[in-house]
Amino acid sequence: MIKVGVVGLGKMGLSHFSIVNAHPDTDVTVCDATGYLVDGLVKYTKVTAYKDFDELLEKEPLDAVMIVTPSKMHAGMVRKALEKGLHVFCEKPFCLDWKDSEALTKLAEEKGLVSQVGYHYRYVGAFQEVKRIVDSGALGQITHVLAEAYGPVVLRPKGSTWRTQRAEGGGCLYDYAAHAINLVNWYFGEPSGVSGTVLNSIFSADTDDEVYSTLLYPSGMSAHLSVNWSDESQRKMSTRITMTGTNGRLYADRQECQLYLREAVPALPEYQKGWNVRYTTDLTKEVDFYLRGEEYSAQIDDFVKAIIQKRRNTNNTFREAAATDKTIAMIIADKDRSPSNSRATPVVAAPKKSWFSLK
Amino acid sequence: MDNLLFGDNQFFGVNHMSEEKARAQAMQFQDTSAIIDVLDAAYEEGVKTFMCTTHDRISEVCDHVRANPAKYEGFHFYPCMPYAHKYNNAVTEHGMLGAINQFLPDDGLFKTALKGGMAVAKKDVEGLATILIDMEMKMFKGLSTPVIFLQNVVVDLLLGMGFHEAFRIFHDHVRSKYNAEAGFITMNMPMLLDALESVGIENPIICSNINKIGFRMCGGFDKYVETMRNRKVRAIAMSVFASGALKPDEAIEWVSKLPNLKSVVFGASSRRNIRSTRELVDKHFAACAS
Repeated sequence: MIKVGVVGLGKMGLSHFSIVNAHPDTDVTVCDATGYLVDGLVKYTKVTAYKDFDELLEKEPLDAVMIVTPSKMHAGMVRKALEKGLHVFCEKPFCLDWKDSEALTKLAEEKGLVSQVGYHYRYVGAFQEVKRIVDSGALGQITHVLAEAYGPVVLRPKGSTWRTQRAEGGGCLYDYAAHAINLVNWYFGEPSGVSGTVLNSIFSADTDDEVYSTLLYPSGMSAHLSVNWSDESQRKMSTRITMTGTNGRLYADRQECQLYLREAVPALPEYQKGWNVRYTTDLTKEVDFYLRGEEYSAQIDDFVKAIIQKRRNTNNTFREAAATDKTIAMIIADKDRSPSNSRATPVVAAPKKSWFSLK
Repeated sequence: MDNLLFGDNQFFGVNHMSEEKARAQAMQFQDTSAIIDVLDAAYEEGVKTFMCTTHDRISEVCDHVRANPAKYEGFHFYPCMPYAHKYNNAVTEHGMLGAINQFLPDDGLFKTALKGGMAVAKKDVEGLATILIDMEMKMFKGLSTPVIFLQNVVVDLLLGMGFHEAFRIFHDHVRSKYNAEAGFITMNMPMLLDALESVGIENPIICSNINKIGFRMCGGFDKYVETMRNRKVRAIAMSVFASGALKPDEAIEWVSKLPNLKSVVFGASSRRNIRSTRELVDKHFAACAS
């Protein structure tokens, strides 16, 4: 049994708690500073709960923690856990300052601990198939990538949580675009430059609602990011990757992978010349417990199995998440040095509210 | 319970195979009259139970059915709650308490109590849950709702957390207030059945993916079949065609032979597809009954 502490019981925290608690190889304790959540869980479930992180670390003989707190708290909590010798899963984005990400990566590696950051798209079957296709070289020389994410999160000039404040690590860049950036990094590594960034508010008072940027690679390849979390036409977050190469074109979203090949290649014998389509039904591996998509369970299972099998290489280590944090920093730096034509203020400014304010 | 239930995914841009197809369907049905036309076709083909989410637009369908009682005699709604995306996005934007507050009645005592932190201080989960159920059920007032379902996002979240008492709260409330049976939608059927039995819910109605290729049958294909064979459960199969990966005839023939399978829920956008599914179900279920 792996003893896991889940720290932070917000939306993702509750979801991760449910999944890791259902895992056959774990024994779970939770921790959240919000009294009513902790009290409610203790009353209605068998879980042990703490309101204080330090107390959790001190009193529970844990093997691992899952840090699912607001982003600005990640760095300090992850450091404490690593210093205590615990394996760490941290929700994305990893750290708001990429120098913290690098230092924590080094610490985890020195101590030989399993590390993972919650970029769950790497566990979606269709996006894993994209990785396989890219690595096979079937597309020839890839010249351009379009990474998109759209969804209906902030649709009105009201509402304020840590997620809608840049200083807290909220906003569309950290919440939505980070996933698209992490996927592009996974396929192609870190960009050498960033250009033409737009970080624009649409409704939010304190942060960006849309992100457009161009990532440049030494090979001459470019990648466009096009991300907007104020898009009501989408039912939920929709992430898409399109890429063009000298031997074809590839499109993928969570449901399917469409590949056009000018010529068939021996490295991908199951794909023919012309159009090929593969669907989620045959790209998705079965999981033992399902909540909101196989990818969340597959991600946690990878973390737990890595601990049991004493391997350090999950599909999204601190090292890889640090690369994503660095790319995010390059995007922010590009925006800061560019003369901007975009609106500095939202459509309608809203008064600031606290996390639990009621109207 | 009829052996064929009509689902609503196709009306709201849900397609597990293709986002493109989902979008095309969302466009086709953005006018509620297009939804009603398909429901009329289903009714005329003898499919008279509509298993639907509590999406805002379903309230327009409810208004229409309420306004034409003679035309929809014997028509049943099986509400599936909550419509998760509205809550999910609200939690991101407003935080946990802010989201709950968004959906509570403006003038209710409960909201006043919540403002003062009273309900949460008392950890009155039951009180909060029953108010949210009542909010979701408002649109169905005066209509026949013999079975009321809890959606899989909520069922599976509670299941993983080990918060099994919540199933009992839901079960008891829909029974006492709506004189309805509780149904549970899940992606983890064998595990859910254990949890329901642990809180004394016997022979429950459980709707889950059940298909010949084992798509999204978590806990394992063999475990599902064994559970249906040996346990007391009223199973409803969804995703019987595994999002189009299976041929309809083969798919229906396979599920029709499963023990304890009470119904199949399916979605279709045309009379032709409704009729052909109806015919397949009639053929294969009759063959099994004889």
